[in-house]
Amino acid sequence: MSGQKKEELLKIEDLVVEYDTDEAVVKAVNHVNLQLGKGETLGLVGETGAGKTTIAKAILRILPDPPAKVRGGRIYFDGEDMLKLSEGKMRKIRGNKIAMIFQDPMTALNPIETVGKQIAEAISLHEKLSKAEVEKRAVDMLEMVGIPGERYSEYPHQFSGGMKQRVVIAMALACRPELLLADEPTTALDVTIQAQVLDMMDSLKEKLDTSMILITHDLGIVAGMCDRVAVVYAGEIVEQGTTEEVFDHAGHPYTVGLFNSLPRLNGTEKRLKPIDGLMPDPTNLPEGCKFRERCPFAKDECGKKDPEIKEFRPGHFVKCVRAGGEER
Amino acid sequence: MKKKKKSHTREILHRLFKNKLAVAGLVVIILLVLAAIFAPLLAPYAYEAQDLTSTFQAPGKAHLLGTDNLGRDILSRLIYGTRQSLRIGVLSVAIASVLGITFGSIAGFYGGKVDNVLMRMLDIYQSVPAMLLSIALAAALGPGLNNAILAIGISTMAEYARMIRAQILTVREREYVEAARAINASDPRIVLKHIIPNAFAPLIVSITMNIGNSILAAATLSFIGLGAQPPLPEWGAMLSAGRSYMRDYGYLVIIPGICIMASVLAFNLLGDGLRDALDPKMKN
Amino acid sequence: MGKYILKRLLWIIPVVLGVTIMVFTIMYLTPGDPARMILGSNATEEKVEALHEQMGLNGTYLQRLGRYMKQVFVDQDLGSSYYTGVSVKEQIKARLPYTLRIAGISILIAACIGIPLGVLAATHHYTWIDNTAMFASLFCVSMPGFWFALILVSFFALKLGWLPAVGIKSWTGYILPCLAGAIGGAAGLARQTRSGMLEVIRQDYITTARAKGQTERKVIFRHALKNALIPIITVMGGMFGSSLGGTLIIETIFSIPGMGTYLTDAISKRDYPVIQGGVLFISICFCLIMLLVDIVYAFVDPRIRSQYAGSTRKRKAGKGDKKE
Repeated sequence: MSGQKKEELLKIEDLVVEYDTDEAVVKAVNHVNLQLGKGETLGLVGETGAGKTTIAKAILRILPDPPAKVRGGRIYFDGEDMLKLSEGKMRKIRGNKIAMIFQDPMTALNPIETVGKQIAEAISLHEKLSKAEVEKRAVDMLEMVGIPGERYSEYPHQFSGGMKQRVVIAMALACRPELLLADEPTTALDVTIQAQVLDMMDSLKEKLDTSMILITHDLGIVAGMCDRVAVVYAGEIVEQGTTEEVFDHAGHPYTVGLFNSLPRLNGTEKRLKPIDGLMPDPTNLPEGCKFRERCPFAKDECGKKDPEIKEFRPGHFVKCVRAGGEER
Repeated sequence: MKKKKKSHTREILHRLFKNKLAVAGLVVIILLVLAAIFAPLLAPYAYEAQDLTSTFQAPGKAHLLGTDNLGRDILSRLIYGTRQSLRIGVLSVAIASVLGITFGSIAGFYGGKVDNVLMRMLDIYQSVPAMLLSIALAAALGPGLNNAILAIGISTMAEYARMIRAQILTVREREYVEAARAINASDPRIVLKHIIPNAFAPLIVSITMNIGNSILAAATLSFIGLGAQPPLPEWGAMLSAGRSYMRDYGYLVIIPGICIMASVLAFNLLGDGLRDALDPKMKN
Repeated sequence: MGKYILKRLLWIIPVVLGVTIMVFTIMYLTPGDPARMILGSNATEEKVEALHEQMGLNGTYLQRLGRYMKQVFVDQDLGSSYYTGVSVKEQIKARLPYTLRIAGISILIAACIGIPLGVLAATHHYTWIDNTAMFASLFCVSMPGFWFALILVSFFALKLGWLPAVGIKSWTGYILPCLAGAIGGAAGLARQTRSGMLEVIRQDYITTARAKGQTERKVIFRHALKNALIPIITVMGGMFGSSLGGTLIIETIFSIPGMGTYLTDAISKRDYPVIQGGVLFISICFCLIMLLVDIVYAFVDPRIRSQYAGSTRKRKAGKGDKKE
């Protein structure tokens, strides 16, 4: 489980992404640093609108421009800065070395093309295979995710939500990517199907030796699947460490709040404690710590200076003035 | 609640005024309205005043835009023409929207068989191309501007009917309509108080753009002799009259055409701008 | 699928009947008496009555409607012109092809200009290309088609003498009328295509295609345009209606012996059989076009296609789903 020893696959340094709208600049991602080892699964946790999806799309460079603009930073993949690659080279990475699974399987598939063709498209783009071989591989992929191969020539509307997500997963894994970006792959699905899809993803990931960034707001999923966790708040990583570390020794008040807002099975507390307030307006972020207004421990100094990221415990980083100094 | 609504309106206006093309359209429309109101003051000559000694004068000092085959001042006729064009636009859209809203409300409100029958009737009615229906109706009603207005109004009501019906179908199950029903509010009252305000955004965009389209349709009818009759200074009729002299006096055709186009364009620009301002999501 | 087409075909029957009744009623309500117009104002009452009888203008509304319906649908006769005595059916047979050809070619030209322009504008959203294309389209949408026709005539025919100003003796005669008919449609299609494309480009499956590593070109043409074009098919069908209407006017400018000149002439003379027959036939053509459009639509959109496909297929699909 200890992630640091593994060989590094992806490293994000100081990533800044903004959306330029007519009225204002939305600061979606602010100086994010992340790394991911080979074979590792990193959970990216946070509220809706925290910037998780933007980070994932920035890695693949598929942010809609305009309005999205990468304003700074470096994204190293296999040691190469992808932000400097030509569009042509980047295309060879997309779907091949890095693939992405989207949140809503209902809309992620082209409604007027058969699912088989859509999987085959991903394969033929990156591998020099004959048409028959491509088709064979697409059928194999369908069966790998538990869909009978005969359904190759059916259209997305003929599949249920869970089945569609399997198709999306088959498409993403078709070229055996080194890195899989899974953006809330199960939030749009029924609870009973969620577990099936997650189990399948986990075993396929093991089988194909794929690293994964799993975006979610479900801490239960993180506990079950991730080696390491990064907590995102208002476009910043506020806490990062191994899953065990973060779950056992949460250092940032926001992370603590996230855990407290979960129901516990031992059920000692009478009611859940949600975090008060809302995330700050990303067009008008406050000075200093972005979590200050919702933080039960906020002090004057939190409003003056943006807290630095500190190594709170070995391999466990926290962006809070309280971290390291006083114990909880 | 009231305050919130007010700021919402202000936000829409703010977005509208940021759109330069929409503002340009609005300016042209305001100019048209002013020209129509103050036509007697602005026009250098009476629109029907003939001067057979100075026919076909090219644009010049005495007649800024020249004269026609009867020696009438074109500029004056164009200025008076704004009255006709605005009248056509506003009245025919008023007729169309009242007819359409009534029709659509009945269909949407009573639903079931009534809706089915009315909508099939609308399908049949719409299988005659609108322009053809306008021509047939105008022909049946006889030449004249008012008849043309009525013809255009009747033949363009389907759009409003469908719009209102769709709106009713989406809101009829909502609580406030249920509540209004529960307190025995009358059906027309429910439509007026609850449904039209909800359909306001698409309605106002349609109305704006259709004023332009109606001006265009009326000009077409006048062009084939079904709309305005001489000596009424309607732009389409002027264009039609100038056609015989087109080879030598092109301005007789070009100038009224530009007026028609400019006013239709102005309403379209404003309509586009309104749509973007009312629904900013649609812009991207 | 066959069931759908059959259902759609059968719908034509009430539409044709409805249109016939509608057109007849409009003409019935028309003030003015054609018999009197023919005979002149100083004809005797008896003479007028006699002509009424002869023209079928006597009797109640229902009697007259019944007579007309029988004449049209049983005898398949549209009557003949009050003035020339020529059979309306024969005239329509000779004239309708011109009108349909011009309207059809106009739509084709409009599609060839409008759709690429709309795609170009959508893919260059927020740039000057988009702004220019859209302003130009709005400009052309606002332009009276008959006015543009006159401008074309005065420039290409009268001034340059390159193309004929009137008539269609050879294919060169089609150029100006078709261009004049196409301009509004092209502009309208450009606007529709653009908004359709912008809508589709926002969809997740476009991002999926990009995430696969597909080239931008293919993303636009294979994924976005195909999806955006489906609703455009319906738009084009509807546009055929307005194109027919526009062609009627344009014909009068170019003196083309089509339905437009026929109808406008009849209107000025209150030649009822001609007006009724003409409007009826143009409407039927429009209905057939819309029928065709609906069928094409069902073929290109798999969601609709499978809705009407055999039930066996659906059941099979259902079985697969149960596996979950």
